[in-house]
Amino acid sequence: MVQWVSLLSLWAIPFLIAFILVYGLHKRVPVYESFVEGARGGLVTVIKILPHLIAMMVAITMFRISGALDLLLKVLEPFIEWLHIPAEIVPLALLRPLSGTGSLAIATDIIAQYGPDSLLGKLAATMQGSTDTTLYVLTVYFGAVGIRNGAYALKVGLWSDLAGVIASIIVVYMIFL
Amino acid sequence: MLNVIWLGLILISIIVAAWNGRIEVINQAAFEGAKTGVTVAFGLLSVIAFWMGMMRIAEKAGLMELFAKALAPIVRRLFPDIPDGHPALGYILSNMSANLLGLGNAATPMGLKAMEELQKLNPDKQTASPAMCTLLAINTASITLIPTTMIAIRMQYGSANPVEIVGSTLLASFAATIFAILLDRWYRHRTKRRSR
Repeated sequence: MVQWVSLLSLWAIPFLIAFILVYGLHKRVPVYESFVEGARGGLVTVIKILPHLIAMMVAITMFRISGALDLLLKVLEPFIEWLHIPAEIVPLALLRPLSGTGSLAIATDIIAQYGPDSLLGKLAATMQGSTDTTLYVLTVYFGAVGIRNGAYALKVGLWSDLAGVIASIIVVYMIFL
Repeated sequence: MLNVIWLGLILISIIVAAWNGRIEVINQAAFEGAKTGVTVAFGLLSVIAFWMGMMRIAEKAGLMELFAKALAPIVRRLFPDIPDGHPALGYILSNMSANLLGLGNAATPMGLKAMEELQKLNPDKQTASPAMCTLLAINTASITLIPTTMIAIRMQYGSANPVEIVGSTLLASFAATIFAILLDRWYRHRTKRRSR
């Protein structure tokens, strides 16, 4: 199953590229010109996203470096103990919706410290792998089309991050303990 | 909401840094954070330009409409507001399949194309439409079949069986996605009822 899945993952992109090109040729689309035109559109999209990313990254980096994240962890400590969540995993759970690179660094650190095959290592990998960075997705997707009012999207994203964290803990405990 | 979070993160950081007597880290963080933003954007530039180029070919060949029509029954329930055979459906499906396969690089450009199409259908260009919120809910929770990055890291640290976490990740992300879709539904109905 796993081998089949990784094989599929490996072949998906080459197949997709070949398929689009051959189908485009069949429909007499000027493939090269179309590609360049689309890529130019991509450039515009990235320029639109750039200021949003800078704004978010500054705020998140400040929050991490200033010690505010550590403070938040301390405040939450009694609650976390009550829930029987391993304390080492909490920074990862908190940072996961805010910063993809930040949480990846924490997950890697946990795996390096406790070993990839330890319960904590597996939990960190599952947690990191099972959700995407909510704030990043919102920033990029809304920024690209100029949405100012995100309605309830942020609330849905953050609550389902919490659901993902809880699900990761339950699933990992059930499978690997 | 994003306004509040952004302002809150920065003000709290400055207060905490001042309290700890390390106000100088704020300068460093501002500079580093901005740099990270630029690095991430330029990392995105290459993949987005490439995939949007490929997608333009697919679009001109009529592949998006074809894709949308063939798989419409599946997404119809998730996105009731999008008209039949609209190209947005095709992009949403491409985005979901790329996420599922762990091709995050390809998923973002397709998701952004879907957002562009949804924006064309959106009556209020500054406020997110219900369909946009559903697309974001699916993307922030993102069902993952192959967590490529974590498998690579486990490999790097000498795991006996790096792909062992595939099952647990799939289950956890499946649960989170179901939760996200249900919550999105709930909020959507609530907003509709309120505006009546």
